[in-house]
Amino acid sequence: MSLIDLANPTRFLALTARLLPWLALATVVLLAAGLYLSALAPDDYQQGATVKIMFIHVPNAWLSMFVWGVMSIASLGTLVWRHPLADVAAKSAAPIGASFTFLALLTGSLWGRPMWGTYWEWDARLTSVLILFLMYLGLMALWRAVEDPTRAARAAAVLTLVGAINLPIIKFSVDWWNTLHQPASVMRMGGPALDKSFLIPLLVMAIGFSFLFVTLHVAAMRNEILRRRVRSLQMLQARAYATSAPAGDASGQVVGAA
Amino acid sequence: MTALGALIRRDIRIALRIGGGALIGVLFFLTVVVLMPFAVGPDLALLTRLGPAILWLGALLASLLTLERLFTSDHEDGSLDLIVMSRTPLELACAAKALAHWLAAGLPLVIATPVLGLLLNLDATATGAVALTLLAGTPALTFIGMIGAALAVTMHRGGLLLAVLVLPLSIPVLIFGVAASQAAIVGPLPFGAPFSILCALSLVSFVIGPFAAATSLRNGLD
Repeated sequence: MSLIDLANPTRFLALTARLLPWLALATVVLLAAGLYLSALAPDDYQQGATVKIMFIHVPNAWLSMFVWGVMSIASLGTLVWRHPLADVAAKSAAPIGASFTFLALLTGSLWGRPMWGTYWEWDARLTSVLILFLMYLGLMALWRAVEDPTRAARAAAVLTLVGAINLPIIKFSVDWWNTLHQPASVMRMGGPALDKSFLIPLLVMAIGFSFLFVTLHVAAMRNEILRRRVRSLQMLQARAYATSAPAGDASGQVVGAA
Repeated sequence: MTALGALIRRDIRIALRIGGGALIGVLFFLTVVVLMPFAVGPDLALLTRLGPAILWLGALLASLLTLERLFTSDHEDGSLDLIVMSRTPLELACAAKALAHWLAAGLPLVIATPVLGLLLNLDATATGAVALTLLAGTPALTFIGMIGAALAVTMHRGGLLLAVLVLPLSIPVLIFGVAASQAAIVGPLPFGAPFSILCALSLVSFVIGPFAAATSLRNGLD
């Protein structure tokens, strides 16, 4: 089983049909375990119970960047190897990534209110994630702007890769910009500085959310493949109708086959 | 080389003639700057403080406005197909077109800056700093925007999409442009550091822009 075997959409559909229930099951089990462990985790000595937002917030934030990475690899697959499923993977990942990014912003905002006293702070990390969210939306707009899927795929692949180059630049420039405008006081949860009682639930949640992404992504890819099949069938049907029906035939209305 | 020279000369000539729209950008730039006092009030001290930011925003929006014409007019009359099919590498042709666009539409923005600085009550140092940062930064805006223009060329309503795609990518240029201007006016940081990064961003965009634009054009036109 290699990537090239998966290039055949029919084989991909057959394989994922068997795989999908197990992925979904693993997701449910991991997230349930993660939520249970998160509920058992002690309250923070400073933040109280609000620290538990972290267990939802941090996995979403990690995945928001991880999904752009997945799309970048898929874009290379589109432009370099012309892998037939690469653009399907890239297209179906974009809305999921945008959702993770939005959830990261939303949960961070809800966490920020009791901790920093504000829903929004022009902090470097917040700002760069907001820009990432805008770029996801722009990418989705581009996917929707071109009718022909393969052509849309190449355009989106270029933008995804340019974005991948630009994201570190944006991150770095916003960091720098923020040294000019010092925010009031931003507490940072250092990753390695985290106590075990927080780290283990966080890691379980992160793995659970990763499985959630894989599950949703595979399901979305299946939908996208089927959508494309329906589209080509419709075009075939329209072409057959256009060539078979004589001009001026009163038997049916005109099908838009232009 | 002669082919690229001809392309640059042709693009500049078209842009400066009636319907070319290069100088519309300057007019738009003026409009944005004139609108600002109406929005924030005619407080000269406040306008002085906001001056670099207003000028940079105006230049950014003006260059975005003119970018839409970078490929669309050539696409409409078929000359873009000829450029793509010619023996000159498309990447170089894209770079030449972007250079011509900057000379015709970007450079006038820089030249207009001193006049507009007067309206915002900026002194000579501040105006000079903003003009210098625009001179270093607007090429980056053009070359990054070219990617969006190439993506949008084969779509209906491409211009709307262009703004959405290009603006997030131009945020770093805006940050360092304004930071360098502010550093020159009030400090405390030295002017050199952000200005060097601004120049670096322009250089990076010279590399990435033509390749990404050429790839999008090849894909969009086949």
